[in-house]
Amino acid sequence: MAAPLAIHLEFGGGAELLFSGVKEHHVTLPSQSEPWDVKQLLVWIQRNLLKERPELFVQGDSVRPGILVLINDADWELMGQLDYKLQDQDNVVFISTLHGG
Amino acid sequence: MSENVCSLKAQLEEKEKEIAALRNKLTQLEKGPGSSQELHRSVLPLSPLDARAALGNEDIMRYSRQLLLPELGVQGQLKLSQTSVLIVGCGGLGCPLAQYLAAAGIGRLGLLDYDEVELSNLHRQVLHGEENQGQSKALSAAVAVKRLNSTVECVPYHLQLSTQNALQLVQQYDIVADCSDNVPTRYLVNDACVLSAKPLVSASALKMEGQLTVYNYCGGPCYRCLYPVPPPPETVTNCSDGGVLGVVPGIMGCFQALEVLKIASGQGSSCSQQLIMFDAQDARFRSIRLRPKQADCAVCGDNPSVTQLVDYESFCGSAATDKCRKLNLLIPDQRITVQDYKSVIDNAEPHLLLDVRPLVEVDICRLPFSLNIPLSSLEQGKSEHLRLLQERIRRLKQQMAGDGQPPVYVICKLGNDSQKAVQVLEKMSGSDVDGITVKDICGGLMAWAKRIDPTFPQY
Repeated sequence: MAAPLAIHLEFGGGAELLFSGVKEHHVTLPSQSEPWDVKQLLVWIQRNLLKERPELFVQGDSVRPGILVLINDADWELMGQLDYKLQDQDNVVFISTLHGG
Repeated sequence: MSENVCSLKAQLEEKEKEIAALRNKLTQLEKGPGSSQELHRSVLPLSPLDARAALGNEDIMRYSRQLLLPELGVQGQLKLSQTSVLIVGCGGLGCPLAQYLAAAGIGRLGLLDYDEVELSNLHRQVLHGEENQGQSKALSAAVAVKRLNSTVECVPYHLQLSTQNALQLVQQYDIVADCSDNVPTRYLVNDACVLSAKPLVSASALKMEGQLTVYNYCGGPCYRCLYPVPPPPETVTNCSDGGVLGVVPGIMGCFQALEVLKIASGQGSSCSQQLIMFDAQDARFRSIRLRPKQADCAVCGDNPSVTQLVDYESFCGSAATDKCRKLNLLIPDQRITVQDYKSVIDNAEPHLLLDVRPLVEVDICRLPFSLNIPLSSLEQGKSEHLRLLQERIRRLKQQMAGDGQPPVYVICKLGNDSQKAVQVLEKMSGSDVDGITVKDICGGLMAWAKRIDPTFPQY
């Protein structure tokens, strides 16, 4: 059994609007037999935090195009993307790309 | 017969003179008083910048405060004077960028924008003034830059960057800065830079946030490495919808100027494979380590599928402008014009006017008799708002005493959200709100201001 995980979630670039405009969320993921990975985190966010219009956040089992995921201030591409195993106190940021000028 | 021909010829000549005079007048107006800037409407070859071996006395005095920096020095200053930079978009990012590059003594600035200056630009597009309204942004920016530093060569382009002209244009410059405001242009600029092997200093801003990355530089990733698939169009917010605090693109444009100057002077940029995020609300900058250049990237990868410029509007499913899209979600029966709604009011027909804009916009202006329930509240089915709506409909029914279905007219700023609201309300019929006729007012309050009440504010 893996112990519950306390992680810090952040939403920015407009992605916070899907979460009632709240940018920072301190959440605790319940203990489960397997370690938590980002793929499971996305499902958890959809079930527990996402208030409206999931299609603006996820597509298939990943985030929709135009949202960049950062794990502990690094592009998730460098960390194994959906397969990254979350650690206690990890900081995960979902940032929507801006296009205005 | 020949008389007819003669007369027609004479008329034609007359009209041609008239057209020439109008053209002339337009050019003069666009140039503005006392300006010698020539506006380019197409891409022409440029002569190379003069190589210089030393700084003159006037240069030494003008740039003395930056010449004292060992990071720049005389060699760096000379390099600046031999560098040309293409600025794509002379708006909130492009204005401060052009200003600082010119002040620092860059050699040549290509200033590209297809748009004209509007009053609602002035809070953030700080090179343009009140007297420039209606003028080409490219020209207005060039005139302002020339006033600041007459030694900088400015090439204003009043045109839309396109698949046809982008490569020819980008190839003529050393560094490209993306200061555009829409997704297709961002992919177009990226691909043109990759295909021409030019570094791309890219920034964006919206509301209270900004982002900056240097692409295609020193073996780093390009825009497509990060964003291989464009975002769904409905997830993209522009400045005219979402708003932007002027100083936010100002800060990001200044940051772009910094990176351009570092690249141009030979110091190099530290923003390759980095994303700089700026949160103006928390006054916080963050630097994020990005993925490296991707081997499978469609344009800069090992086996690129994009080897020439493509159709970016169809690739992104959206137009290469930040003007608002016009949705068409409803059938004509579900919509009325502002003129029709005016007669509803004039005839004192019982109805409910539902304004579905967010509160912050209702504070700017509203029609006095409207009920405000934001679209997001309707979509979420917020109970206090639904109760309010049900109560108003109940009163309307009483007033009408069973004389047909109570009409609800939905309005917003431009007539997009109001259509979505009509769909939401129709889904609710039979449950939460029953027995009503819902219609959207085409073109929204901005159409009302244009066609019915010119004293109503536009924003």
